[in-house]
Amino acid sequence: MSQDGVNKARRRFLIGSTSVVGAVGVGFVAVPFIQSWQPSARAQAVGAPVEANINTIKPGQLVKFQWRGQTIGVMRRTQAMLDRLAELDSRLKDPDSENSGQQPDYAKNAHRSQDPEILVLNMHCTHLGCVPQVLPQPGAYSWERDWPGGFYCPCHKSKFDLAGRVFKSVPAPSNLLVPPHSFLLNDTLLIGVDPEGAA
Amino acid sequence: MVKTAGSFSRRLTSLFNWVDDRLPVSDFFKAHMSEYYAPKNFNFWYYFGALALLVLVNQIVTGIFLTMHYKPSALEAFASIEYIMRDVQWGWLIRYMHSTGASAFFIVIYLHMFRGIMYGSHRKPRELIWIFGMLIYLTLMAEAFVGYVLPWGQMSYWGAQVIISLFGAIPGIGEPLTEWIRGDFFISDITLNRFFALHVIALPLALLGLVVLHLSALHQVGSGNPDGIEIKEQKDADGVPLDGIPFHPYYTVKDIFGVCVFLTLCAFVIFFAPDVGGLFLEHDNFIPANPLATPEHIKPVWYFTPFYAILKAIPDKLLGVVFMGLAIVMLFLLPWLDRSRVNSIRYKGPRSKILLAIFVIAFIRLGMLGLSGGSEIETLEARLWTFVYFAYFGLLWLFSKGERTKPLPDRVT
Amino acid sequence: MKQLLILIILVFGIGQVQASGEAGSIDSSGVNVFDAAARQSGAKWFVNYCLSCHSANYMRYNRLAEDFGLSEAQVSENFIFDNRRIGSPMTIAMDKEDAALWFGKAPPDLSLIGRSRGADWIYTYLRSFYFDDSGSWNNLLLPNLSMPHVLWELQGVRKAVYHTVTDEYGNEKQEIDHFITVQTGSMSEEEYDHVARDLATFFEYLGDPARLKRKAIGWKVIVFLVVLTFLAYLLKSEYWRDIK
Repeated sequence: MSQDGVNKARRRFLIGSTSVVGAVGVGFVAVPFIQSWQPSARAQAVGAPVEANINTIKPGQLVKFQWRGQTIGVMRRTQAMLDRLAELDSRLKDPDSENSGQQPDYAKNAHRSQDPEILVLNMHCTHLGCVPQVLPQPGAYSWERDWPGGFYCPCHKSKFDLAGRVFKSVPAPSNLLVPPHSFLLNDTLLIGVDPEGAA
Repeated sequence: MVKTAGSFSRRLTSLFNWVDDRLPVSDFFKAHMSEYYAPKNFNFWYYFGALALLVLVNQIVTGIFLTMHYKPSALEAFASIEYIMRDVQWGWLIRYMHSTGASAFFIVIYLHMFRGIMYGSHRKPRELIWIFGMLIYLTLMAEAFVGYVLPWGQMSYWGAQVIISLFGAIPGIGEPLTEWIRGDFFISDITLNRFFALHVIALPLALLGLVVLHLSALHQVGSGNPDGIEIKEQKDADGVPLDGIPFHPYYTVKDIFGVCVFLTLCAFVIFFAPDVGGLFLEHDNFIPANPLATPEHIKPVWYFTPFYAILKAIPDKLLGVVFMGLAIVMLFLLPWLDRSRVNSIRYKGPRSKILLAIFVIAFIRLGMLGLSGGSEIETLEARLWTFVYFAYFGLLWLFSKGERTKPLPDRVT
Repeated sequence: MKQLLILIILVFGIGQVQASGEAGSIDSSGVNVFDAAARQSGAKWFVNYCLSCHSANYMRYNRLAEDFGLSEAQVSENFIFDNRRIGSPMTIAMDKEDAALWFGKAPPDLSLIGRSRGADWIYTYLRSFYFDDSGSWNNLLLPNLSMPHVLWELQGVRKAVYHTVTDEYGNEKQEIDHFITVQTGSMSEEEYDHVARDLATFFEYLGDPARLKRKAIGWKVIVFLVVLTFLAYLLKSEYWRDIK
């Protein structure tokens, strides 16, 4: 075997170019395998938006729906409930919903919803995921002095108000998540889809 | 490739050395790649070993990803395959890569075995490499068989029914044995689940172990070559065979080329005709398994058909199984049946060449007959070729010793 | 070596084995699964005539939208007749056990019939219905089937006329001699042929929807691999210059 007259530069070039094209090929081949982990058409169908009929929800009542494995609470708030919200700011960690990860922009307001009357919340406590008890009546939770009405999580005693905002001095770090939602023409709530041209 | 000294490459080198002091990385590389001297005259027939390794890797990787979505229950298996084909992103591609790979595996292996028979790769001192290879072949057949049951289509179910019932032919223990294999009184969800475990874990592990043994045995003795002579008999002053070249870079670079050609051919199948007219993916397997409806025509996938033809040719159930098994056992015995003075067909007489050609024709013809329905004339023909198949081994043993061979060269040609 | 190969090739040229045929020959359908209009038309016939009894459980409606280039609203309007969601599969309400009771055999799911039987068979089958001498529907490809000729209004009704035939063993049996038209359908023979072909096209698509994009991707892959093979060949030749 002859080593004389070996064109080292040509070899380097060929090794380089074959390796680069080969590496690109490996990249191409990896794509289908990695993409196969994305939610399949079945997952998309099962995780599709949920239509919730809210006409039957009475004032002060909260009804639960399932969307993408999460419990979503839909509450028709009374005016009294809404009026009480502003008084609570000093007792809350994030009264103005500064944490933008917890609600879409159209729910970044005093009542944390599109329609002040209809509250839509992901009912999983932002601490470790338990579903809090619904205690909308003031004074209903006797262990808290001046319970204004809200959600109380029995697992580690986190508390949220009737806009899903988290109280100070509890383990939960942030307000309850507001999921994407919009309203269809016939007053049906569509959980999982932002309104058109959502801000 | 020489890099200019920079602190990054220095760090990399010292990291490599740290590992190399603790794990025989460079020693292994030298022994098996850069200072493993392979004959320089490898031809087309020598690509298939490396290609077999490539296909094994493909089957494992695509298999793992299929297992992420497949459901091994009689109720859900068929639907889960369609889930993969339609709902899982790129699922259809992963599935076709796996099904094409399975058939490609056998094409490559048959060509690899043929090379061995042709050039005497199975002869002394390489008998153990051949034995390990035959064990790989057997394990591969078992792996393919249990794998084909998993889609739980009509052919999956009824193919399993036929093959497992063959064990029932064994006198005495036959019936309890088939019950033990099935885990049930009939082929059921229980059978499917255990076949899944065999296909996904047990047999792949066995295959990997056997491949390691196969390659270790090869490297212990050194590779054969188309001339069948031992390159180690002519060494230079440093102990390097005169006709040997380091596997790396010469055969790594050649095998990369071979791999690219092979992948291009496979891509044609995968993207343009993955069914191959029903040969790689049988039409009947797109019908869910129905224990009440036997398909008109039960046949195994093409790679089993030569042996299936032998089974069908023998009119007695037990004898059919015996001859089918014997057909494979004869292959195990080849190193001792071939008593020729020379290894390679290149230096044998015309009788050996004709005999080998007829053997190949018999094998392929049996394969074609195994695919078809089995009319009277086809059964007669299958019996003829079964006789020819076994006659090859007998004639080989009888005439190989005395045959006039051509003089062997000192150096490879 | 060369002679060996020539000999092997010759033997297979001579010894071709033909697959055994079934009762009734299959007509060539000339189906082209890439014909979008035929596919869509076939889909329309399918949901209007077949989907009441035959499910297509592995096909989702939104997949139809994606593959046919239609909007979800269009698919909803034209192909969905109840209020199921666009992502749901083409299932039917009929219970399998009930169906087996009423029809004798539950109408099978048709998602994969394009792959198990093939377009030619389906095309022939849809044109092989006739009324037999016992006064019930029959089909040349599936003798004594349980399925009625759902498309009879389009094709019309034909009745079989038999004659007696004696075979080589001296047994007599009734064989179909010819057909007579009992009622004409709303379509001419050519128009109905078209319907059968469109349905066959749709079924071929239904069995393997990925086929529509498989080829396009395949060409790109082949071109890439050819380039890579060429480079690998140059690399290999360059190194093998060392070897005499």
